[in-house]
Amino acid sequence: MLYTSLLPIILALAVASFFLGQRRAERVAQAAGGLRQLHSLPSHYGVFVALCCALPGFVVFLVWMACEEHVITAMVASGLPEALRNLPANELSLVINEIKNIAFGGFTAGGGNPAVEAAASSYLDHLHGLRNIVVAVAVVTCLLPGWWALGRIDKDLRARNLVEGMARVVLLGCATVAVLTTVGIVLSVVFEALRFFQSVSPSDFLFGLQWSPQIAMRADQVGSSGAFGAVPVFVGTFLIASIAMAVAIPVGLLSAIYLSEYAAPTLRSWAKPALEILAGIPTVVYGFFAALTVAPAIRDLGAMLGLSVASESALAAGLIMGVMIIPFVSSLSDDVIHAVPQSLRDGSLAMGATRFETIRHVVVPAALPGIVGSILLAISRAVGETMIVVMAAGLSANLSVNPLAAVTTVTVQIVTLLVGDQEFDSPKTLAAFALGLLLFFFTLILNFIALRVVRRYREHYE
Amino acid sequence: MNDNGTQTAMNARPDLLAPASDLKRRYRTDKWFQRIGLGAIALSLAFIALLFFHIVREGHSAFVRTNIMLDIDFAEKHFVKENLAAADYTALVKHALTETFPEVVDRRDKRQLFSLLSSGAAYQLREMVLANPRLIGTRQQVWLPADDDVDMLQKGKIDRDLPEENRRINDRQLSWLDTLASQGRLETQFNTAFFTGGDSREPELAGVLGAVKGTMLTLVITLMLSFPVGVAAAIYLEEFAPQNRWTDLIEVNINNLAAVPSIIFGLLGLAVFINFFGLPRSTPIVGGLVLALLTLPTIIIAGRAALKSVPPSIREAALGIGASKMQTVVHHVLPLALPGMLTGTIIGMAHALGETAPLLMIGMVAFIADVPGSIGDPAAVLPVQIYLWADSPERGFTEKTSAAIIILLAFLMTMNSLAIYLRKRFEIKW
Repeated sequence: MLYTSLLPIILALAVASFFLGQRRAERVAQAAGGLRQLHSLPSHYGVFVALCCALPGFVVFLVWMACEEHVITAMVASGLPEALRNLPANELSLVINEIKNIAFGGFTAGGGNPAVEAAASSYLDHLHGLRNIVVAVAVVTCLLPGWWALGRIDKDLRARNLVEGMARVVLLGCATVAVLTTVGIVLSVVFEALRFFQSVSPSDFLFGLQWSPQIAMRADQVGSSGAFGAVPVFVGTFLIASIAMAVAIPVGLLSAIYLSEYAAPTLRSWAKPALEILAGIPTVVYGFFAALTVAPAIRDLGAMLGLSVASESALAAGLIMGVMIIPFVSSLSDDVIHAVPQSLRDGSLAMGATRFETIRHVVVPAALPGIVGSILLAISRAVGETMIVVMAAGLSANLSVNPLAAVTTVTVQIVTLLVGDQEFDSPKTLAAFALGLLLFFFTLILNFIALRVVRRYREHYE
Repeated sequence: MNDNGTQTAMNARPDLLAPASDLKRRYRTDKWFQRIGLGAIALSLAFIALLFFHIVREGHSAFVRTNIMLDIDFAEKHFVKENLAAADYTALVKHALTETFPEVVDRRDKRQLFSLLSSGAAYQLREMVLANPRLIGTRQQVWLPADDDVDMLQKGKIDRDLPEENRRINDRQLSWLDTLASQGRLETQFNTAFFTGGDSREPELAGVLGAVKGTMLTLVITLMLSFPVGVAAAIYLEEFAPQNRWTDLIEVNINNLAAVPSIIFGLLGLAVFINFFGLPRSTPIVGGLVLALLTLPTIIIAGRAALKSVPPSIREAALGIGASKMQTVVHHVLPLALPGMLTGTIIGMAHALGETAPLLMIGMVAFIADVPGSIGDPAAVLPVQIYLWADSPERGFTEKTSAAIIILLAFLMTMNSLAIYLRKRFEIKW
């Protein structure tokens, strides 16, 4: 099938047109009396022709990739019999899915409705027909501009400037991907969250004290029975994040101070990368360790002391998360402490202060903004961390600040709401996007402040 | 009065050279603080050691598997039909077992006897016959996988001394196993199925090949998208971007994106790639796209740092002899910055390799037993496989999880060592 090899075809056309363009430029140069007469190098002409050839075809291909699904579904849906077309939207989407299953998998779930069978074959017909058209269009949009560019080759054509201009546009486009990603995140989260807020009021969501989205699964009670008060989820998130920070801040900060103020260079040169290993271990590994080793150990310890500890206690998840975050605190703090000018230390030591006094009264106050920035970044990590809490924290939302109880977090809820069957018209699924929206903006604000503080601080001493 | 003050001070400290008690205390505090700092580092390192020790202790046993040797009689009466694949291979296994233990006649006892072998034994026989039909009519000694309970017992993870009702293997089964062991028919052998099989509901048959291949496919997509785009974006921002609001916006954006929780990228993938563009769920193509967006900020930041470290004299020299701005960058600056960019890319890929949460969002948690063949097939990836196995209730999956973690960590270590090697090998001190 031609469609699957469209990209290689475009590539081959581009390579061919490169050589054609180069050859042509060389011939033009010979006619004009040597390469010196050309405005640009022959290869510039080649690249110019190749770009003119490949870019439009590639754009056609991308546009088609993006809208193929919608176009064909619309065409097939309009060809369905009246009875099927007038079904409600969600049932219609089931029929469409059925059609696709028959068209691609060749198996049917129900008892072969002839209209659906016919639609499936028309789906394939449409698909193949349209794909052939797209291949033709793409090849034509390659050849025509390519041919046009070939014809324009001339000793005065400013091929290098044209090529460099195009390359600059491509570079700018790549840099814009980052902005597009943010826009995509905001749009996708905001749209679904708005749909959620149509069925659940924002104040109920933000201030409600009960969270039990699963009840909303019952038929005909969508949105009316599920409780979407997110306060217990927030409290759980902050409980676990606080436990994590209670581990990560002292350990990370003390390690950073020791490494930058006391440690011999050799110790520093291997202890620093060793600490970074903690950041490199995948979080699913921490989650496994927390759920299978740490949580039972804490439960047994609690039982020995006569405390009742939930087997998915916040403490286990928080402790392990804290360990994971240590390098985030330590490496950034180490950087900012390192950036404190040596003259400040020398001055303090010369006054007779011990090293500890120097650190406490001079170095740490001077580095404080940077340290605060690194802690803010670490908090944002802790709040957004997913796998450790999914594996080691609870699922049910208890409004509790007891570290021995099982609590749930925002990320756990997003995962449980979205893994498995999804219906994009039930508040249960959409609630995940509302939580995602809050998570995104919360971490965004933290990151923004933290990055600002750190940058301001760096500029202060540089 | 001034004199008086000095006088008292002199009285308090008659010997100026002797260290004051106060000073001793101050230095003691300093010493203690130093020890606490060292302790903090030791604590972190001890945790790493504990984690690795624990994983290796749990996981090393998954690399071997308990097999049982049976005399399988590939009698022709079982292969009367044309289709060799449809023959009753379970009957072959059962027949061989009853031959070995002729004294077992009761139906219930027989069922217990048959449960000693894995359900994969029949599949293994089928593969053998399909690969070599001349086996039919012969009698072969074949090593077949034992059930995961037998495996756990062999590895000492089920205690033989427990009372019978608390044990997953009863006393009769134990005695049969002892008989098999005394005949040399029960052995733990290297577990090739773990490296050549896809996922399975049976711990003794589950393998990582499907997940490893899914990871490879996903990472190839990630690399192909994020490396060129990341390098191009870094070049633009570092070499061409004018100082204006748009550039500022892009820069702030990239720094923020680097710190956005990864699960948010999963939401983006779900809403945009799956719901809007209609790409198939749980496939490497969607996973690769999401991970590419996730690693892009890392690669851009590393790329900019690499470009920044190229001294301006290189650029000035190229521009001075008449190269255009683009020629300067492409011919001179980029080749010098490339090792640094590659290092950053490998570190970004290592991050992507360990990433789980966004892949859960795009449905890569489905149970997929097949090894994926292309980027459009449903696939599992290694970290998600670990998550799935960690959630499985069977005892046998615990060691499989740890073993998969060992493999994942081995990949990560290889990638990071490669990055360090590249940095050392191509580092240029200007």
